[in-house]
Amino acid sequence: MTTLQLCLVISSLLFCIGLVGALSRSHTILVLLGIELMLNAANMNFIAFWRFGASPTAATGVLFAIFSIAVAAAEAAVGLALVIAVYRHQKSVRLEEANRLKG
Amino acid sequence: MNLPVQLLWLIPALPLVAAGIGALTPRGGRPIAAGAAIAALIGSFILSCLALKTALVDPAAHLTANFSWFDLGTGTFRLGWLLDPLNAFMCVMVTFVGTLIFIFSLGYMKEDANFTRFFCFLSLFAAAMLGIVVANSLLLLFVSWELVGLASYLLIGFWFHKPEAAAAAKKAFITTRIGDLGLLLGMLWLYDRTGTLLFFDNGAGCLEAGALAGLSSATLCSGLAVSTAIGLLIFCGAVGKSGQFPLHVWLPDAMEGPTPVSALIHAATMVAAGVFLVARVYPLMSADQALTNVPLHALTVVAAIGAITALMGAVIAVAQNDIKRVLAFSTVSQLGYMMLALGVGSWVAAIFHLLTHAFFKALLFLGAGSVIHAAHHEQDIRQLGGLGPKLKVTFATFAVGMLALAGFPFLFSGFWSKEAILHAAEGWEVSHLPLIAGLIAVVLTAFYMTRLVSETFFGHGRSHASEHAHESPAVMTVPLAILAACSVLIGFVGTPAWPWLQSQLTGEPVHPHGWFEGAGLMMLSILLVAFGIGAGLAIYARRTRVTASQRDPIEAKAPSLFAFLGARMKLDELYAATVGKVNSALAVVSDGLDRYVWAGIVNFLGRLGEFAGVVYREADEEGLNGGFDTGSETLREAGKVYSRSQTGDAHAYLRALAVGFVVLVLVITLGGLR
Amino acid sequence: MNLILVLIGGLMLTAAAVAMSLRNIIHSALLLIGSWLGVSFFYLWAGAEFVAFAQVLVYVGAVSMVVLFAVLLTRRDRQDVVVAPETRTRAISALLVGGSVAGLLVSAVLGTPLATGPAETPTLTVKDLGTLLAGPQAAGLLIAGVILTVALLGAVVLAATDSGKEDAS
Repeated sequence: MTTLQLCLVISSLLFCIGLVGALSRSHTILVLLGIELMLNAANMNFIAFWRFGASPTAATGVLFAIFSIAVAAAEAAVGLALVIAVYRHQKSVRLEEANRLKG
Repeated sequence: MNLPVQLLWLIPALPLVAAGIGALTPRGGRPIAAGAAIAALIGSFILSCLALKTALVDPAAHLTANFSWFDLGTGTFRLGWLLDPLNAFMCVMVTFVGTLIFIFSLGYMKEDANFTRFFCFLSLFAAAMLGIVVANSLLLLFVSWELVGLASYLLIGFWFHKPEAAAAAKKAFITTRIGDLGLLLGMLWLYDRTGTLLFFDNGAGCLEAGALAGLSSATLCSGLAVSTAIGLLIFCGAVGKSGQFPLHVWLPDAMEGPTPVSALIHAATMVAAGVFLVARVYPLMSADQALTNVPLHALTVVAAIGAITALMGAVIAVAQNDIKRVLAFSTVSQLGYMMLALGVGSWVAAIFHLLTHAFFKALLFLGAGSVIHAAHHEQDIRQLGGLGPKLKVTFATFAVGMLALAGFPFLFSGFWSKEAILHAAEGWEVSHLPLIAGLIAVVLTAFYMTRLVSETFFGHGRSHASEHAHESPAVMTVPLAILAACSVLIGFVGTPAWPWLQSQLTGEPVHPHGWFEGAGLMMLSILLVAFGIGAGLAIYARRTRVTASQRDPIEAKAPSLFAFLGARMKLDELYAATVGKVNSALAVVSDGLDRYVWAGIVNFLGRLGEFAGVVYREADEEGLNGGFDTGSETLREAGKVYSRSQTGDAHAYLRALAVGFVVLVLVITLGGLR
Repeated sequence: MNLILVLIGGLMLTAAAVAMSLRNIIHSALLLIGSWLGVSFFYLWAGAEFVAFAQVLVYVGAVSMVVLFAVLLTRRDRQDVVVAPETRTRAISALLVGGSVAGLLVSAVLGTPLATGPAETPTLTVKDLGTLLAGPQAAGLLIAGVILTVALLGAVVLAATDSGKEDAS
């Protein structure tokens, strides 16, 4: 196993931990945190490919990770604001109970 | 066995690890948290002793281990560890006194529900202080410095459910932060000028001759040397941390924390940091000494602040009634002594006093803690009394601490270090005012400590609590006994006849001066101590207080003066009336700007948007609606069909997504659809 | 070299896994801070210092605080941070799905012959990044700024209470 593969395996596992968390927990904030973990795993891939990829002189991976972190920050802020807004209406943070949009 | 300087980081790292363990331990795991904290500090103590041994091989050398932290732009940030006798002695003192305080806390905090949290914070505190001591970079020192501030905030406010404790913690944090602002500015300026924050770096550090020459030769428009200005800014940080006038106000309030915390703050860690900082950057502080055409030398300010603080602390301590507050103001006064010594040019005497003071002040605070523990948390000396026969060990050790603090001749360590400071002050060419302030403070110190001991231990109990006091357990008295022994012995490493400490600190042999040189000053100060103790005994011990409500003899003679001193010279009120008022006024102005100016602009933009909305709505309703109505009807029908699959369960969506992904990939790879 | 990576990864994965399985959500959030720190250590290890700092600032500093605030704002009493255990079927199905995704990803990673670049860490100073962001990538920077501003305003609008219309319950 090369170092690059090790990095990718670690990030895959992190992604799946986030996925399992997002799937299994019912607290909305925890689901959001699981999604954050998945995002982090994706960022790790960018960095890993930049570091061990074919042309590390091009800083594309790093730039992508930076933009991704910026977007993730926006996502976290909006997501948590949504949690608070939903909580105010429903007096609950359980994700199952936020199902008014069901058909 | 020696400790190489590359491994010096282990000394602060061990308590830091212990703090981490304490943080992760659940409330029930008391032995784990306390055991980790004490074991780590003992480990640090052993390492410190090895480091001291390494440092004393060549006392004049500054052993450093620098490494680059990260690159930013074209510059490289470097940090490092430093080992010389100054910080080796500090390490040994901090870890030794700290260990005893930790052990004492085992008994003192036994009943507390948050025992593990307490030990976690204590370890953090010790780790931060050791970080200050071993740092070879002003930046690293600053980081640890702020950690000390954080830990002190957490510990002073440990009983945060008490409003006074929460307020005291906030006060300590904010007051020291004012000084830290100066330190930060000084640090930035220093970096701007020298391009490095390493103290020693094989000739390229900011405390070495090359950088200092550049700093002291450049002048500002007021004629001040740049090194003076930077030195004074750094000194601001020391003023805040070491409780010097005018930022001393947090120190007495810090008594709201548990007593072992007070001991730690006053003896080993927090306040010592300021004195240590000035001693560490001493080459920078004294770089302007050779200049004759500058309006001000940095050390003159240090000496003045020290003298004012020494005198003021001693005067206020005379009129305090809380056992811990008396000790707190005595700390303020003693720190003033150390600053005075730094100012008059003898940093060695300052460090000597810092070391001896650490031992006997830890002893006094732990003794006070033992008294408080025994008397069911009664701290008012008017309510105590008659504790001498009941608390024999506490009384004996407290008396040793008191005599050391008062500077009782020959036998006690406080005498020798205070003598060293007074001797240095006598030799200062600029002025003899610091010497006079110091001598007055000697009388007052002896007087108020005698008052404290008489009120607490003599006579008979004046309240239920003091009548039913009982001696503390061995886990508390043994540290007291050890500290008492040290308070006596530690003085002999720096007597005029055998100045071992002085010669090791400077790395040059200091010739013991003869018995008669400086004997006049010594006689004078012995007389003053005797006068202070005698006056204290005559006023307080000859006729002890009978009831708790009886007025203090001094209060009876001069009630207004006593009340003024009892209210700590009204400095808190003065600050509230000046700085506080200005702050509130600024807040009102900002609020007005926010409310009327900025909000007005935002409101105007909002109105504009509203108007546009009205225009759009008209166009929408009149023109577009009709055509879309039919189209949307069809879409609604289609939507009804699809909406059945929308269960509204976000988990189901996510699960479907993941399963779909797996299935798709499997189909593509296994099904050969590539 | 790989040992350090395994250590970092182990720390990060353990913290994340424990965080995702704890019942007390405040503990979860605190452990996640540890996991995010682990990710930033990974960036440091890979030589992307700036991304590591951004990670610490954004996740460890900001997002974690926002999460803690959200937790504190959405609880009814002190005990409310402990969430009831999830239903067993859901946990098992989640583990199954997550496990199969993990298996798929890991086998794909291990089965792909990946071209490996140079062994030494590529140098990328903050100055280079700044030049790139101000030059060729300026549009991206501006768009990211706009997104952040919009997200900020949106979050404020979503979370703000309209004191005039809604009662304080």
